[in-house]
Amino acid sequence: MATRRALLMAAGGWALGATGALRLARATLPSGAADPQILEAIAGKKPLIRRSSRPPNYECPAAYLGEAITPNDRFFVRWHLANIPQVDARSWRLQVSGEAAGQSFELSLDQLRHEFEPVELIAVCQCAGNQRGLAEPHVPGVQWGPGAVGNARWKGVRLKDILARAQLRADALEIAFEGADGPVLPATPDFTKSLPVWKALDENTLIAYEMNGSALPRWNGFPVRAIVPGWAATYWVKQLTQIHVLNQPLKSFWMNTAYRVPKGKFPVGERFESQENETSTPILEIDVGSVVSNVKAGQQFHARRPVTIQGVAWDSGGGIRQVDVSLDGGQSWNPARLGRDLGRYSFRQWHFTHTPERPGTGSLIARATNTHGAVQPRDWITNPAGYHNNSLQKIDFAII
Amino acid sequence: MKYRAFGFAVIALLARAAGATDEKNAALREGPDSDLATARCSICHSADYIPMNSIFLKQAGWDAEVHKMIKVMGAPISEDEAQKIIAYLTRYYGVAQ
Repeated sequence: MATRRALLMAAGGWALGATGALRLARATLPSGAADPQILEAIAGKKPLIRRSSRPPNYECPAAYLGEAITPNDRFFVRWHLANIPQVDARSWRLQVSGEAAGQSFELSLDQLRHEFEPVELIAVCQCAGNQRGLAEPHVPGVQWGPGAVGNARWKGVRLKDILARAQLRADALEIAFEGADGPVLPATPDFTKSLPVWKALDENTLIAYEMNGSALPRWNGFPVRAIVPGWAATYWVKQLTQIHVLNQPLKSFWMNTAYRVPKGKFPVGERFESQENETSTPILEIDVGSVVSNVKAGQQFHARRPVTIQGVAWDSGGGIRQVDVSLDGGQSWNPARLGRDLGRYSFRQWHFTHTPERPGTGSLIARATNTHGAVQPRDWITNPAGYHNNSLQKIDFAII
Repeated sequence: MKYRAFGFAVIALLARAAGATDEKNAALREGPDSDLATARCSICHSADYIPMNSIFLKQAGWDAEVHKMIKVMGAPISEDEAQKIIAYLTRYYGVAQ
């Protein structure tokens, strides 16, 4: 742990130690990517930014990320494969089995609700590729802006309680998830993911059937999805139908090839050793991040009139220590006021009130720091799949 | 869900049914082999993946993407078709070399 903290501090210090005005990526997508940036309402959702319609990938506009809890109908949507069935809750079953399970069984939704202790947890769900579209140099993939993230109060049961019933054998190594969704073509790798047993047994890892007091929206995984607080949303398998207790590493394109980062480029925190190889590791924890929810690029403020800038910040479970706001492109920083602490995995609201003195221009940046001292970096650390882009974003504004 | 053997017509139907929305707004630009690109790419995904990635992919980038779709995702595209699709994407959705 000490090593990890030191590395995180070093990364933060490097970002802070840069001299002079920061050169930052623009907070708006380049024009080419902006072409398909269309607001569209799909079934059960209010308008979201369409990245692709099939499979559906829709981003939450930053304007709806100001609340501590993201509304279900604004929560981002991310699917890899286009064959997404409409699951019938009455006939839905969760099958639990595998070579390292002493007991195989299946659960109905009623059983899940009544045979296990219900648990509620507020946690951020963030796509590993959030802000990929803001990365320079660009990398292929869904060109997300800052809104492939959301925070919800999840209700469900602890995965460890389900696994207790499965009676894990001593050689249990990974817990694999499979959802009802599948590929269009038989040759396309099905979306399957796994967790190391230690993470599956974490008391915060849930199998959820409610989101903010309602059933999960279809596009967020109805009727049941995995909740893996602190880890990228790729592990939060939607429309969950099968849990496999494995005694060997899961062989899956989505584990062994996709959702990986090069070794040595990022601080080592938690580990998933059975899925590491010589050159890369699975992406695990999300980074310290923040978003400004109420200022758009090019926005005009009035001189001598106070303006309150607001947004949210989050990390992988350390908790947010502070958020600083710069109005001059990173030359000077002002502490923002933090909102109520809703738990270490939750969004933390922040706001900063400022009265511009005279007409002109400015550049707004929000910068979050977590309790371990990790700070959002100035520059994105390049990696082939465009992950871990929690770099600072600049929003240019005018004062009239 | 483990894939079960479907006829091609059923696959096409499922693909259409699984789409969240109307895809007509995401049609590819018309040009040589745009029909081929639409026919092959849209088996598995809507066309909007292409303009979304057009701002930075050069010929080599589109070549890598098309071959990833064939080798990794199992897209039923012959090498001859792949070359035509790469040429189309490079011309209409590529950036200067």
